[in-house]
Amino acid sequence: MIIGIPKESGAGECRVAATPDSVKKLLKLGYTVQVEQGCGERACFRDELYTTAGATVVSGQQVWSQSDLVLKVLPPTESEATRLKSGATLISFIWPAVNKALVEQLAARNVCVLAMDCVPRVSRAQKLDALSSMANIAGYRAIVEAAGAFGSFFTGQITAAGKVPPAKVMVIGAGVAGLSAIGTARGLGAIVRAFDTRPAVKEQVQSMGAEFLELDFKEDGEGSGGYAKVMSPEVIKAEMELFAQQAKEVDIIVTTALIPGKPAPKLITTEMVKSMRSGSVIVDLASEQGGNCELTRPGEKYCHEGVTIIGYTDLPSRLPTQSSALYSNNLVNLLTDMTPGKDGQLVVNMEDQVIRGTTVAHQAAVTWPPPQIVTPSPAAATPAAVKVEAKHQAPAQPAWIGHLVKGAGIALGLGLLTLIGLYAPADFVGHLTVFILSCFIGWQVIWNVTPALHTPLMSVTNAISGIIVVGGIMQVGSFSSLGGVFGSLLAALAVLIATINIVGGFWVTQRMLGMFRKQG
Amino acid sequence: MNSLPLIAWLVAGICFIFSLSGLSRHETSRRGNWLGIIGMTLAVIAAFVFQGAKETVVGDEPVSVLGTGGYSLLVIALVAGGVIGGLLAKRVEMTAMPQLVAILHSFVGLAAVLVGLSNYLQLDLQHGGAELVIHLIEIGLGVLIGGLTFTGSIVAWGKLEGRFDSKPLLLPFRHFILGGLVALSLLLVFALCSVTATWLGMLLLILLTALSFAIGALLVLAIGGADMPVVVSMLNSYSGWAAAATGFMLKNDLLILTGALVGSSGAILSYIMCHAMNRSFVSVILGGFGGESSAPAAAGGGEPKTYHTTSTAETADWLLNSGSVVIVPGYGMAVAQAQHPIREICELLKKQGVETRFAIHPVAGRLPGHMNVLLAEANVPYDIVLEMEEINHDFPSTGTVLIIGANDIVNPGAQDDPSSPIYGMPVLEVWKAEHVVVLKRSMATGYSGVDNPLFYKDNTAMLFGDAKASVDALLQELRSRAS
Repeated sequence: MIIGIPKESGAGECRVAATPDSVKKLLKLGYTVQVEQGCGERACFRDELYTTAGATVVSGQQVWSQSDLVLKVLPPTESEATRLKSGATLISFIWPAVNKALVEQLAARNVCVLAMDCVPRVSRAQKLDALSSMANIAGYRAIVEAAGAFGSFFTGQITAAGKVPPAKVMVIGAGVAGLSAIGTARGLGAIVRAFDTRPAVKEQVQSMGAEFLELDFKEDGEGSGGYAKVMSPEVIKAEMELFAQQAKEVDIIVTTALIPGKPAPKLITTEMVKSMRSGSVIVDLASEQGGNCELTRPGEKYCHEGVTIIGYTDLPSRLPTQSSALYSNNLVNLLTDMTPGKDGQLVVNMEDQVIRGTTVAHQAAVTWPPPQIVTPSPAAATPAAVKVEAKHQAPAQPAWIGHLVKGAGIALGLGLLTLIGLYAPADFVGHLTVFILSCFIGWQVIWNVTPALHTPLMSVTNAISGIIVVGGIMQVGSFSSLGGVFGSLLAALAVLIATINIVGGFWVTQRMLGMFRKQG
Repeated sequence: MNSLPLIAWLVAGICFIFSLSGLSRHETSRRGNWLGIIGMTLAVIAAFVFQGAKETVVGDEPVSVLGTGGYSLLVIALVAGGVIGGLLAKRVEMTAMPQLVAILHSFVGLAAVLVGLSNYLQLDLQHGGAELVIHLIEIGLGVLIGGLTFTGSIVAWGKLEGRFDSKPLLLPFRHFILGGLVALSLLLVFALCSVTATWLGMLLLILLTALSFAIGALLVLAIGGADMPVVVSMLNSYSGWAAAATGFMLKNDLLILTGALVGSSGAILSYIMCHAMNRSFVSVILGGFGGESSAPAAAGGGEPKTYHTTSTAETADWLLNSGSVVIVPGYGMAVAQAQHPIREICELLKKQGVETRFAIHPVAGRLPGHMNVLLAEANVPYDIVLEMEEINHDFPSTGTVLIIGANDIVNPGAQDDPSSPIYGMPVLEVWKAEHVVVLKRSMATGYSGVDNPLFYKDNTAMLFGDAKASVDALLQELRSRAS
């Protein structure tokens, strides 16, 4: 089969669906590859590179009419769609919900269409997930754009010329793009805070080095397929209060909040923008779906009362080399799955859940939307994690009880200590001091012990607790009275027993430790 | 009296602290043990000097308290104890380590009781106000903790040794009985404070000792065999507290310090063990696990499920064709003493280019770190023996997992079956490997009485038989392939 890589016709689109590297991989799968002249120019891949990789460079006319399989980034225009061969296959972003007419047109021409934006979000399909790979780039680029528009350092510095405070960044929505933005902003040295309605992502946010902003509310915003769902009005109100308060503090806001099939929620109001410091920057990654900020103008960057609002919709395309490489890898992975024989023959296996979900038109029929498959949310997939959370939450619910118990404990302890202080002789208090401090020393020391040495540890502590032999020795003596004689004999017996312990304990530990050896 | 013994005790205390911190890593562990020995020797010598310097007046002459009789008595006791201890330590099999540790704990408990009684006999009950009361309470507590450590450890030893039934003994109203006994003992301690006649006080103390013995025995009898790691570390902790109480009684800071060190060490170990079983400390101590929960589990598994069996030849095929093999040992390996042939299997596989490692669950065996000691005895290098957290994410890329005498610690039900009694317990995720071979005697359930869904998984095969016999057969098979 012949794979065709046309030049993207969309204005300002710099990406390309195949790089010279991915061309080599496609050839290995048994396909023949032809690329349109200049297709990779804007992503810095010259035609020669494609030729060296083994592709033939052809005209735009040829690439559409002679290819059995066309790989693209953006959905084809109407005219491009008509140029496709009947019975050919097209793989690109399609957005079937928005471009219904296009899908119908393609189906009518008996074109099999696979939409990269419809890849089911299951773990098996992660290597095909172009939305994630593009979101990752968008998150990175959002911070780079913000840094370009922001008039100061991201990282805090103390220089001879004065102190520079670090920039404060708030990221709303900790999906792939959000996390990528967090990582990038942290890498530049900013203080990063992030908010998400799904408590499950808290750990991910913290692992990237950001602070996780939390509401006092308990509502799980986890929807299906790793996306958030619409929240209740109370929660939204609390959220808005949080954002309003944060807007006054932070320098940069990156919003990535999307709800599938719905316009993006308006999270940053005009008043909030007004309350931000002059020179602040807002980057709205949801601008294509209407934007999370009320003032966002999709596709534009402009200044509103000192606050720069960036609503670019083509962030991945602004990093064309990398995004082309990742996207083309997603495509190669998809084609590897669909070419089981590695013989250049494409097999559209509609039994395969992933392929079924991705295919939006097949055998002259529109196959979108696919039948619902149950996509477990990340939280449900790891019951252990839920359990841990539940554990943490259980005592938190009746928080006052916990506080009460703690308070009562402290009060009891203090009372006991006061009583001891009032009535006990100074001597005893001295010993008590030693006792309590020793407990803390033991606590500190033992936590560091590696589990493999727990048995030797026990036998050593056991030997050491034979220190009671000292007590025994100190009881021997004064044979003058009957009590003294009996006492001494009992004490001697104690010494005997304790010595068994000491010698036995240390000896056996020595034996055990002698056995542990390192490899080699 | 000069303060040299006191300073020597201080040094001994420091030695003990460094001894324990030395045990935190393999590299420094031997030095840690030596520091402990040095500290102990120093402490004993100092105690001799201290006691020898005490003087009493006989006639008009001031004489050393100890005298020839005292010295010889002590030396005899020390030598006899040393010989017995040495023999015990030399003879013990590594698989019998839990028993030895348990029985040694009982000695500390008994010694604490004896020192307490001895101290009381030599006490002047006529003088002293608050100080005497505190002293008497200290004696009482020392005897109480010592006594329950003593019998508790003996019962633990019996269960580990197989002399007692390892099933929890559940007396009716046992919580009430136990509570009553504890209350009664505290009452006795209280009474002890107001008694001025030595013989009457002694009677009370002996009664208290008997009560504490009963408490210790009841407490441990109610706890099942597989909870022994917790029990042994708990008893370890108690033996420390008993030493600390004795230290208070004798106003000796070294005893207090050492006792507290040991006490907190045991407490942390118990905590770690409980954590590894996802159980609260209280629930382990209250005992009775397994007996009650087995009923619903058995009822749930009404229809017979199918499992696969395998042969040594097939297992050998799998092992040799895997890129990496993980061996999961459990208590069954200790019982069957199969660690030596397992080490040989491990070496044979390594020679064939198969990466072989061991995965140790924190509560595998009957003692914290039990499996590590056994594998070390069989000369398995400790750097291929990994902890659960270290190896759990490697299972998906593992070719074959060999499970030897382990059950609950590899139960997937702990992760995906909320109705399972062990739900939430961290387990080794062996089922993610390509092949799982379970060496097991029969299809009987594990200690917790919970059925193990692992056995019915498609990638799991059962190799029935005595663990030692199966491992030996497997070793033979691998040898014949290698040659």
